[in-house]
Amino acid sequence: MRTSECDLVIVGVGGQGVILISDVLGRAAVLAGKPVCGAETHGMAQRGGSVINHTRIGCRFSPMVAAGGADVLVALEPAEALRFAQFLSPAGVALVNTRPVLPSTVTSGKARYPPLDEILAPIEGHSSRVIAMDATALAQTAGSSQAMNVVMLGALSRYIPISEDLVLQALAQVVPPRFLEINRKAFVLGKAEVE
Amino acid sequence: MYPNDYQREGANNSPTIKRWLPVREYLLGNAAIARGLIEAGVGLVAGYPGTPSSEIIETLVGFKSERPPHVEWSVNEKVALEVAAGACWTGRRAAATMKHVGLNVAADPFMTLAYLGVGSGLVVICADDPYCHSSQNEQDSRRYAQFAGIPCLDPENPQEAKEMTVFAFELSEKFNIPVMLRPTTRVSHAREDVEVGQAAKSATKGRFVKDPARRVALPIHARPLHHELLAKQAAIEEELEKAPWNSIELKGDTGIIASGIAGLYAKEAVTELGEDLSLLCIGTYPLPGKMIRHMLEHVRRVMIIEELEPVVEEQVRMIAREVNPGVEILGKDAAISREGELDYLRVREAIANMIGKPACQEPSDLPMGVLPPRPPSLCPGCSHRATYYAMRKVFGKKAIYPSDIGCYTMAVGMGTVDTCLCMGASITLASGIAFGGEEEGICCSLGDSTFLHGGMTGLLNAAYNKARITVTILDNSTTAMTGHQPHPGTGMTATGEETTRVSIEALARALGAGMVETVDPYRLDETMESFKRARDYPGLSVIIARQPCVIRARRGGARPKTFQVGEECIGCKLCLDYDCPAIEFENDKAKINALCSGCGVCAAICSSSAIKEVAR
Repeated sequence: MRTSECDLVIVGVGGQGVILISDVLGRAAVLAGKPVCGAETHGMAQRGGSVINHTRIGCRFSPMVAAGGADVLVALEPAEALRFAQFLSPAGVALVNTRPVLPSTVTSGKARYPPLDEILAPIEGHSSRVIAMDATALAQTAGSSQAMNVVMLGALSRYIPISEDLVLQALAQVVPPRFLEINRKAFVLGKAEVE
Repeated sequence: MYPNDYQREGANNSPTIKRWLPVREYLLGNAAIARGLIEAGVGLVAGYPGTPSSEIIETLVGFKSERPPHVEWSVNEKVALEVAAGACWTGRRAAATMKHVGLNVAADPFMTLAYLGVGSGLVVICADDPYCHSSQNEQDSRRYAQFAGIPCLDPENPQEAKEMTVFAFELSEKFNIPVMLRPTTRVSHAREDVEVGQAAKSATKGRFVKDPARRVALPIHARPLHHELLAKQAAIEEELEKAPWNSIELKGDTGIIASGIAGLYAKEAVTELGEDLSLLCIGTYPLPGKMIRHMLEHVRRVMIIEELEPVVEEQVRMIAREVNPGVEILGKDAAISREGELDYLRVREAIANMIGKPACQEPSDLPMGVLPPRPPSLCPGCSHRATYYAMRKVFGKKAIYPSDIGCYTMAVGMGTVDTCLCMGASITLASGIAFGGEEEGICCSLGDSTFLHGGMTGLLNAAYNKARITVTILDNSTTAMTGHQPHPGTGMTATGEETTRVSIEALARALGAGMVETVDPYRLDETMESFKRARDYPGLSVIIARQPCVIRARRGGARPKTFQVGEECIGCKLCLDYDCPAIEFENDKAKINALCSGCGVCAAICSSSAIKEVAR
């Protein structure tokens, strides 16, 4: 028996805005009257390390998504998509920003950053669908590369059991008013990528 | 579905509570605890930052009301708990917040407060960190509560954490004893739609009532108080037996007893497996003995699921000897790990294994080997990197570098972090290493907040006992690792009020350091000169390396300088040795990427003067 309506795992690098996505989703779920829970990464790992955020819509149990249980994996960075791909269910969908953020192990020449195919191919084999997009470029089109996370939120909005109106309403609660227009544009551009 | 003005106005605002309707909000566990404190009408909250507990006080700081509680970042956890105890003795509800290792620091007042008791309610909020997500160990605070004879509440989610916070004050007052609330990382940093209630009206001003028999722990008072403490345990257990956080459902003859968040995992597993299992979920200590008896009388086999120590299991085994010696008990010895944290899958697999159900399908193999590691690291432009670079250049590879608790432990790869034990231990370990006979140079380091928390006594001891060491205070003028909380060296209180700014230089001199110098670590040459003088100083030397945390500086609107690598680069990779994420290597030449914060230290390191500041 399923214990959650929709399980999401949102991953990236500390500072990319992973928490904002789950905050918007949680608030939108509250507006929709659905129980919702999640788990965040705080503390040491936030300093440029890998971060993972779990969000479970329509759920009253564990705040973490089980490995192999996520309906959607949202990755703000390609290497992090593969790092956390084990959370994806075989029937799940991966939404991946293709713009790499090089870890210091790579910039200092100690490790190699794999080409995009090497990252995406195994995720394709592991799940039902991978949708890759240069969300950072789309965010720049919208007006600021900082809105990359909202591009991904727009793409994600097609896969969650919450109406778009409520997601946008929640977004307006979270984003400072002067950046709202850019973020709305970013949201629309992200959504268009999966249509 | 929850239409009300509060939500539409923006839950993004600080938790100002106007007119309350029942509202659900998507709250972080720690914010839910803060809300519980407000709903309980707390008069004072004191704490020291520590992951995963820090957001409790940070949430309270934004709370506005006619008479807001006194909220403070204390100098350390012992101080916080004593301040809270003093406040509760004036008749105002008080709480102290800390992470699990902070309770070690506060253990002295904690143990004796159990004897002396409270005025109004006193709650010790101690956040545990199974798996050491952001800690140096994974000790289980339920043991401390048991040790002190203090009741402990172990929430399974943010909603429960909030309700338990309010209940903890009532319990504390009813039994005249401090109460511990023990969330774990997965509760403190979980989020959930939490039903929030109304803020309690703040109490009027408190007054201290003299009562030597209950406030002065002389032996003649302590002996009867110890007797009283032991005597009230049974009554506390009976009261907690009725608490809503202990629930029992007797079904089949295989049972599960789970505590705290493990109860949530167990409930999910039982639901998902669809099995007819008996389930006892526990949220309070002393444990609900009667419920455990009922379970043991009902089942022939029981699994105990709890994180870290076998606190529940030990009690269950004792009770089983009386009521059902034949019952099969599965726990830490077989099914459930005593290390790290549990999660839903681990709990599910343990239960499935016990009842002979198949395990979940193993996820397919993913080629994780192609991925570059991404460890947390010092930020680009972090002054700690510059200080450590200069330190290592001067003291050399063979020198001994005791370090401490803070962001700077991430510089372990630079060779300047040889130890990390507990808050302030860099100075005392360095002293001991010197007295032990080590002949290499000894240069220890700790942050400003860590120095004020637990380093000052060590410095005093080093001076008094003539340790010939160098102490480096990495002063970024904040408590960076836990999210930039102020401390006495910043001239600002938790609530943003201006206050006395304590001089670290004056403190170091007053504590007996013979040489005290302050440097700007971005000025590499001057910093190295200063380290040389400290190295050659025939006594206790202190270097204060001061440069604001680069994250704070950026948020404060600092406009960074811009640097580029010119044609002069000979590809010697000397700058790569600096390990700054803003320096890349491309086509045999160094390159500065967009992460650069403009500290300019690499320009000083470059041997061919290829890195230059450019106009923006």
